[in-house]
Amino acid sequence: MAAVSPLLVTRGLTRRFGGLTAVDHVDFTLPPGEIRAVIGPNGAGKTTFVSLVCGRIPPSEGRILFDGDDITALPAHRRVRRGIAYTFQITSIFQNLSVFDNVALSVQRTLIDRGGGVPARALEAGVLEALSRVHLADRLDLPAGKLAYGHQRLLEVAMGLALQPRLLILDEPTQGLSDAEIESFVALVREIAQRATVLLIEHNMPVVMALADRITVMSNGAVLAEGTPDAIRADAAVQQAYLGSPGDG
Amino acid sequence: MRADTTARVVALHLAVVAVLAALFFVLPDYHRGVMARVLVLAVFAMGYNLTFGYAGLLSLGHAMFFAAGLYGAGLTAYHLGWSVLPAFGFGIACGGALALVVALLALRTTGVAFMIVTMMFSQVFYLTTLYYTTYTRGEEGLVLGPELRTIGLGGWTLELWEPATRYFIAVALFSVVFLATMALARAPFGRGLVAIRENEERMRMLGYDVHRAKLSAMVLSGLSCAVAGAAYALLFGYVGSSFASIQYSILPLLWVLLGGAATTLGPLLGTVFMFYAVDLTSGYTSAWLLVVGVALILLVLFFPKGVMGTVRRKWLPWLP
Amino acid sequence: MAFGPHLLLATLEGLVTSAVLALMALGLSLVFGVMRVVNVAHGEFFMLGAVLAWFFSTLVTGHPAFGFLLALVLSPLVVAGVALVAERLVLRRLNYDPEATIVATIGLLYIIQQLALTVYGPEARPVQAPFSIRIALPWFGYSGYKLFVVAASMALMAATWFVLTRTRIGLVMRATQYDRETAQNFAIPVDRVYAGVFALGAGLAAVAAVLVVPISQAHYLMGLDPLLLSFIVVIIGGLGSLRGTVLAAVLIGVSDGVISVFFSPTLAKMIATFAVAMVLVFRPQGLFGTAAR
Repeated sequence: MAAVSPLLVTRGLTRRFGGLTAVDHVDFTLPPGEIRAVIGPNGAGKTTFVSLVCGRIPPSEGRILFDGDDITALPAHRRVRRGIAYTFQITSIFQNLSVFDNVALSVQRTLIDRGGGVPARALEAGVLEALSRVHLADRLDLPAGKLAYGHQRLLEVAMGLALQPRLLILDEPTQGLSDAEIESFVALVREIAQRATVLLIEHNMPVVMALADRITVMSNGAVLAEGTPDAIRADAAVQQAYLGSPGDG
Repeated sequence: MRADTTARVVALHLAVVAVLAALFFVLPDYHRGVMARVLVLAVFAMGYNLTFGYAGLLSLGHAMFFAAGLYGAGLTAYHLGWSVLPAFGFGIACGGALALVVALLALRTTGVAFMIVTMMFSQVFYLTTLYYTTYTRGEEGLVLGPELRTIGLGGWTLELWEPATRYFIAVALFSVVFLATMALARAPFGRGLVAIRENEERMRMLGYDVHRAKLSAMVLSGLSCAVAGAAYALLFGYVGSSFASIQYSILPLLWVLLGGAATTLGPLLGTVFMFYAVDLTSGYTSAWLLVVGVALILLVLFFPKGVMGTVRRKWLPWLP
Repeated sequence: MAFGPHLLLATLEGLVTSAVLALMALGLSLVFGVMRVVNVAHGEFFMLGAVLAWFFSTLVTGHPAFGFLLALVLSPLVVAGVALVAERLVLRRLNYDPEATIVATIGLLYIIQQLALTVYGPEARPVQAPFSIRIALPWFGYSGYKLFVVAASMALMAATWFVLTRTRIGLVMRATQYDRETAQNFAIPVDRVYAGVFALGAGLAAVAAVLVVPISQAHYLMGLDPLLLSFIVVIIGGLGSLRGTVLAAVLIGVSDGVISVFFSPTLAKMIATFAVAMVLVFRPQGLFGTAAR
């Protein structure tokens, strides 16, 4: 297999809040095209870790490299322009703007970055493309706040997709979704992964097992184990810390 | 989708300008003067609207930008004998420069702290105009003589105190800023500001440079307010400290709230209405600020979207 | 007068200012600390206190101390009542939203101020001090009443500190300030605490006004300068810090007094206002406050 340079690397990434070490010298490597799930008990530092990666909070120590470049000092909005998109753990959309306008802001961003202004036709095309992937294209003018919660989460994913990211970070995306919605979500992520790398924080184990190429297990701010789903399932330390005793499912 | 509304929007705005111009021929003399004043103050309100309405930053210090234009134009004309156009330009530049400096400092704070910081910077500006009373004559102010308010263009002479000239220049200035605000509100920049106001963190995570957007909004805002200030000095010939006082930071807030924040038409409506309301009241009592106080409380309690904001929400969603 | 004694005089004058300022700033700080709202009309509560003090003093003939005592008791009560009404009618309906509250209190400022103008008039009226003893210092005589003001202020600050730190009411207030939601979970009637704190803040401003009005006069515009100075004190001293408020009040009051005497009052205000704006930009927790939670 040819050596592919990793898309995302962190070296000794650390974040402290006063006396608490939320992320503890994490070394992390993510090759392009992979679907990586990050799991762990509550308080393990998963959201803090991805917040450090996407730039929402600054690290106390360590380095972050994206596609070979050191982005540690880069502010969040510049990282987004480099190709990192993030959907929030608690859905964060523009409640008072229409579904169309929500996604338009992402499409507008990519059009501006490409230069040449924002022609209306290109904007519309981009919005429709992103929304049809999450099956929300029939509700363009609805105020986003009026959508059901599950659909709001999908809208946020569409906003991330419309940025045409190279790395899409999803923070507990299936929380609050019905079983049927989760099923179509899994299909969506598989389709996304054909063009982008996906980093996924999840508590829903069936989803993790179905989607992940590899799993990183975090506990107490550090990486406990890393490997394929089967390897993680069989790992005794992980079972003890997180999944329960070997007898449980 | 958006293409459908452009024609309507542009037509509406041009119609407003046409009505304002035509009004001159209908109004009696006294009201021609009042409307000229109102239009210049409406430019001030539109400038404030950029910061407060579109960017969502409650500044309590915008008097300093208006006053920067006022004094920039007034002092250069009065003490240095500058002619109208250079004085006007200088006033605008002063406002822009001040806005940049203030924004760089004030945008390090948010919410209540931002309000207090802007209020305090404006207060320092006001106190400065009082302190250097040898140049500014403080509250008493400076009166610009007619020779300072004349523009010579080729063989033509424009006398700025002449009612018709003054009125139409006011309309022209208003129209420029009005149409510019319309264009800005519908452009990606304007829509970006509104979105930042809605959910700043989300905008940042969509790749937008939120700080730069707010900074630009404030500088544009300061420039517009300075346009109004410089125009006021040259059209009405008076430059005084009271225009830098906190009252002139609160009045545009009131005008914009009443007319409808983050709408293009709101500032004009609010300014016209409140100006006449105050004019009427001060005919009866010297306590006309009471009207301002009551209006502010009623607005914020029952009518926070203002007139055009409510119209837009209920009937005409395409209004910028 | 030689420089030394002149400086001492300026310092004493500054201390009197500080004493009044400390009380007023304390009121503002309590309201901001517990309710997280800025009351721009705080200066008008001060002015109202002074105007009412004049009114009550005219009701009583005879020794001026009677009128003064009446004012000292009634004026803060009336002003606290006004504040309570405003809180119920307006602030609570706004759900204490910070921006809306500021706009509403600006409206309140104008209403109170202009009503005072209408009813009380534009003149400045004096109130007689309850006693007029002069303390003879080696270089000049100094008003005993002014020293009384400083002492009274210190006593009131101590009493407030005592209430805040040693009584149940104070505990309830501090709990609400610290974490409103948890306080609610512990069945603390947050709404009533807010109403009480707002009234208390206004009352403190009124007391400060009653103390100062025999020294200066009662005038309908007298609320604006103290408001600004109180802001400055609260911001520099830091929120939620009684000690910070006192120290900042002394610092601001004395330096304002000294600069005003030796230079110009306008310059003093310019420097103070600019300094506080910079503090807010670069060190928002002030000198002693803790960073916002």
